[in-house]
Formats: sequence, C-alpha cells, structure tokens
Amino acid sequence: MSKARLATAWLGGCSGCHMSFLDMDEWLFELADLADLVYSPIADVKVFPPDVDITLVEGAVANEDNVELAREIRANSKVVVSFGDCAVTGNVTAMRNPLGDPLGILEAVYVNAPDRNGVIPAEPGIVPPLLPQVQPLHKVIKVDAYLPGCPPPADRIQRAVEALLAGDPSRITGEDIRFG
Amino acid sequence: MRELRTTVTIAFNDVEVEAFADETVMQAARRNDVFIPSLCYVEGLSVWGGCRMCMIEIEEDRRLRPACATPVNPEMEVYTDTPKLRAHRKAILELLFAEGNHVCAVCVSNGNCELQDMAVACGMDHVRYDYRSPRRAVDASHPKYVFDPNRCILCTRCVRVCDEIEGAHVWDVASHGADAVLITDLATPWGDSTSCTWCGKCVAVCPTGSLSYQGTAVGEMEHSVSMISRLAVARSRGEWLDPEAVS
Repeated sequence: MSKARLATAWLGGCSGCHMSFLDMDEWLFELADLADLVYSPIADVKVFPPDVDITLVEGAVANEDNVELAREIRANSKVVVSFGDCAVTGNVTAMRNPLGDPLGILEAVYVNAPDRNGVIPAEPGIVPPLLPQVQPLHKVIKVDAYLPGCPPPADRIQRAVEALLAGDPSRITGEDIRFG
Repeated sequence: MRELRTTVTIAFNDVEVEAFADETVMQAARRNDVFIPSLCYVEGLSVWGGCRMCMIEIEEDRRLRPACATPVNPEMEVYTDTPKLRAHRKAILELLFAEGNHVCAVCVSNGNCELQDMAVACGMDHVRYDYRSPRRAVDASHPKYVFDPNRCILCTRCVRVCDEIEGAHVWDVASHGADAVLITDLATPWGDSTSCTWCGKCVAVCPTGSLSYQGTAVGEMEHSVSMISRLAVARSRGEWLDPEAVS
C-alpha cells in the first residue's frame, strides 16, 4: 500500500494542538512509515500541495489569510479534519466575538494600552485584516471529521489519525470528543 | 418506617421494571439505573422541565414527553434512546452551546461540567448552528461567589434550590426568550443582595461553571448536586427531626 499524504495546518490558534501532535513521541516514527507529511508548520513547505489525503487543521478562521488557506486546503484535500477546539468551536480565538467590531479591540490593545506606540499594525499583503467575527472551520469550508480538545491529548490524536488512515472517522467518539 | 406505596409495572426499552404509581418516569428510571440525560432535573427540587434533554418516547403516544414531568402510568412502555431522541438531544445541546459563550478550555468547571459531559454522552462533536456570541457581564461583586452568565444555560436549579431549600429566593429569571437572564434580588449586584445568606447551595447545584467560588482557576471548580438532593430528600422524610417532637 502506498503511503498516505498527510498535512497539518495552523490557522487562528496557539499551536498547542501541534505541540500535542509532537507529544505523540515515538509513535511519530510509526506514523512516518504510514504517511508522508507533505505540508505542516513543523515542515518547511511554503505552498499547500495537491492530492493530500488527510489534513488536520488547527485554529479558528480569524482573518483573511485563514480564509484563503482554508479554501486551498479544501480544494486539495480528500479529508479535512477540524483539529482541536479552536477549529471545532472557535474557542479562545472566538472570545473576541461578543466584543463586536475588531477595530475597537485593536484600538484597545495597540492605541490605548500604555506600553504601545499608538499605531495599529497595517501592512497590506503582510498583516492580514481580521474578520468581523471569528468562525469555526466548518462555517467556512466543508469539514469531514472533528477532533475536539484544548489541546487534544497526544493519545487522542493518535487514535484519531489511526481511524482516519483506516478511512473510518466515525471511530472518533466517546471521551475522544470531549471539549476543553 | 417503610413507606407504603402502590407499585406498577412499566417497561424501559422493552425491559419490565417496578415503579411507584405516584412517581415520575425520571424517578423510576433513576431508581432502576436507566440513564435518561437531563440538565435541569435535580432530585428533591421542584420539576422545571425546561432543558428538554430528558425527552422520551412512549408507545402509542405520538408526542415526546419530558421524563421529569411525566407521571408513571401502569403498563406504559418507555423508550429512552431511540434515533429520534438522540437527534433531538444533540440538537438541543448544540443550541445550548450556540446560545451562550461556553469556552470549556478557560472555564472553572472544565472537567467537572454536566454540559460538557452531556456533549460527550450525546456524541456532540461540533455545533451546526451559528454562535450568538452574546455580550454578558460577569457579576463578581459577591465576596464568596462569582456569577458568569456566559456559562448559564437557564436550568433554574439555583432559583429553585434558593427558594425551596434555603428559603431565601435571591435568584430569579428576568426577561424572555433570548434575553432571559438570571438576576439576584431586583436585578442588583449579587454583592449588594440583602436576601442572600451566603449558604452556597446555588453554587453547589449549578451544572456548569456559571456559579463558582471566588478565586477558582480553570478546572478547579467542583459542584455538589448530590449533597443538595440528600438535604432535600432527608427534609421531605423528616429524617433529622426529633422523633418525640414530631409524634
């Protein structure tokens, strides 16, 4: 059997889900026998590649870059997985939503906070504009499976990846879908 | 003294059990170890029937019924876990998560939360509805307790335990529909309440992290619903009264 093409991506999140992914420790060697990691923040790949079998997406959709990458992922992946609470629910990233217009938040942080220089970072093409509301991944693209947890513990990720490689995401169930 | 109560036979999921004629389906289920999910029901408090998690199907009855508010009937055949009920319960949970701001990762009750447990039990791995993300202010004015309405599911356990067990009636629900919110006294800060006795029963009975002790960090809050049920049941039976004074 040829190796699966696996990708992981990092949208609006803290990278804790990827830290937990690395916490799978020696099982990563076994995973390397089963799948090639073709795109990931922990691999130096600049462009999302075509024909990916499984993509784990960490983080909520918080800005315009996130939307763009999410759409690229969807267009080039057979199975897209919301990886961790931010992708699944918005979680901490979405805690700004009740505060409304992100401009007010940027002003509070960059203009009114005493230790800042009073300028909101704006660099067209480099600093992506924030979306009015942070969205869970499945509100932006179709998602095929959900792996909650903040972060999902390493053994949970392993069981999920095994289920996904076996083509049976319905095995992600019971305690493995606990939020928080 | 043993209570003398008439018993009837009912069936849960095609298994016959003995139930008391004067109890509810929920009470019969709990005594017979039949799991019916619920978020607002607490043994010993009055029945609210508001969370709708305990909906059951009854043979020859077209409507779904809340187990907590449905009396036992002789020979009734109850189904507690059908595909239809599972779908409804999941949808209700998703609506609860979409209605407030439930961020498990930063909640005092993370790991000790009935809403979180219910999501696991009902297989809710994401919310299909749009989150409302309401803006709700936390009331931390009480010296001992904190009320965070973002985590409130309006189960009214606190309202009922304060009124019925403590007899203080500090809590109530104000407004309607999506604007419904818990208030203390006449919608004044909890810390200013002249009726609150600081007993903490509302905190003990809260199913989520909405009511907590001051100073608890993420995952540190533990509630004690069984203690409240014990108090209520003991009181209804007069267990701690002086037998001579009662006679």
